[in-house]
Amino acid sequence: MTAAASNLDMGDVPATASAAPVIEAKALGLTFQTADGPVQALTGVDLTIGRGDFVSFIGPSGCGKTTFLRVVADLEQPTEGAITVNGVSPREARLARAYGYVFQAAGLYPWRTIGANVRLPLEIMGYSKAEQAERVARVLDLVELSGFEKKFPWQLSGGMQQRASIARALAFDADILLMDEPFGALDEIVRDRLNEEVLRLWAKTQKTVCFVTHSIPEAVYLSTRIVVMSPRPGRVTDVIDSTLPRERPLEIRETPEFLAIAHRVREGLRAGHSYDV
Amino acid sequence: MSRILHHAAPVATVVAIILALWYLGAVVLNAPWVRDQAARAGQEVTLAELIPATMAQERPVLPAPHQVAIEIWQTTVEKSVTSKRSLVYHGWITLSATLLGFVMGTVLGMALAIGIIHNRAMDMSVMPWVIASQTIPILAIAPMIIVVLNAVGLSGLIPKAMISTYLSFFPVVVGMTKGLRSPDALQLDLMTTYSASGAQVFWKLRFPASLPYLFTSMKVAVAASLVGAIVGELPTGAVAGLGARLLAGSYYGQTIQIWAALFAAAFLAAGLVAAVGLAKGVVDRRMGARA
Repeated sequence: MTAAASNLDMGDVPATASAAPVIEAKALGLTFQTADGPVQALTGVDLTIGRGDFVSFIGPSGCGKTTFLRVVADLEQPTEGAITVNGVSPREARLARAYGYVFQAAGLYPWRTIGANVRLPLEIMGYSKAEQAERVARVLDLVELSGFEKKFPWQLSGGMQQRASIARALAFDADILLMDEPFGALDEIVRDRLNEEVLRLWAKTQKTVCFVTHSIPEAVYLSTRIVVMSPRPGRVTDVIDSTLPRERPLEIRETPEFLAIAHRVREGLRAGHSYDV
Repeated sequence: MSRILHHAAPVATVVAIILALWYLGAVVLNAPWVRDQAARAGQEVTLAELIPATMAQERPVLPAPHQVAIEIWQTTVEKSVTSKRSLVYHGWITLSATLLGFVMGTVLGMALAIGIIHNRAMDMSVMPWVIASQTIPILAIAPMIIVVLNAVGLSGLIPKAMISTYLSFFPVVVGMTKGLRSPDALQLDLMTTYSASGAQVFWKLRFPASLPYLFTSMKVAVAASLVGAIVGELPTGAVAGLGARLLAGSYYGQTIQIWAALFAAAFLAAGLVAAVGLAKGVVDRRMGARA
């Protein structure tokens, strides 16, 4: 199946997901050639992500969740199957600046102030000076970092640095936000707060979010859909549509509904032998 | 005040010890000549006569510190800077070659480093040649560079600067290559997600990331550049410059003059390294280094 063919499909067939598909993977596979022989990072991934979805990818290390995100971002090339992003190839989507990527580490450039770090993509994409200043101020306000514009990264805590890196991904008008374990290195208290903040940002910006995590509560709390993955070879074992409302206070995590979804995620992980390590 | 004292005390102690050892060395090394002179004149010298005599010779084996200090004073402050006997005049000749060679060496080193990281053929081939170039003793090729360039009508400043360049590009190309390669995979991936052009990756990521490495290399390079300029002055027939001053001093056994020129070179080197350090400090502060 080629990218062009799946393009045609999209016009005729009604979308199966909640809205028009933003990311569509068919029988997607990626095999890394390593010194120890080939490693199947992803096999047979069929997945459709609709506009405005918040999709979490959960699974143990080596299940291919980060690899899938990197394929969407055109940072890795699939070896089998097909994938489209916004109806075009990941490469074309990248060149069209369709997504913002938030890495596990904040990855702020240490020689740039917070403001200058957020401005970096805008400089590269050729926004005018006035527009740059306006957008930097707006997204820093969005992640509650107004007033820290002139600080250097080392002057901020880990959580604040990660918020700055989210602001950087929001600064330009990408409608997809790819987040690769953005809060993996943070403590649980900071993580709770940032989870709330991400939900707020998602509601406000209407972006499609792909969120990689290995925390079950985080996945259930944030997502409209949860993709459960398993390692060796990396594959999708379950896709769960969340029944939780879009408005989610932190307390929702103690409701039976929440726990039921968490239970199903755990079952999915167990079925994929994720716990037999 | 007490803090200054706290820092100055160890330095002063070391300087005092060096001076004491130096004086001792001067007495021991210069004593045979004094005894020799006395023996020829059929006189006996007492220790009280011997010690002052070892520190007041015209051509001592090892001049005493104050003799060198007086020579430096006389050839800097008390001489007009245009005089051929002024250390300032000779120092400037050497300094101009050093600076020109340093600038050329830094530019050459940076250019090679940029080539190495962007061009696979250069990556595979340049570094072995760069290293090989530094295994050849500079003293062996300096006269050839002077002679060859003289044959094509270049003499004076340029050939000396070329030798400085030859010595100073090496640390820059090594340090700059490492610096340009220092951004990690995440920082580079970020640039890919923005679909940044090669030039943008260079100017917004690789170049700023390389600056700390560049300045460290430049400190080494500027000192090497001074050595190059001095070496370059040795085979020029001793016209001018600190190297010429050293050579003339050794021709005529003017040990005090040699030592004065050596100290002038050392002060120059310290000043140059400090100047690069100062520039590094300014850049570091602008790039948000921790205070």
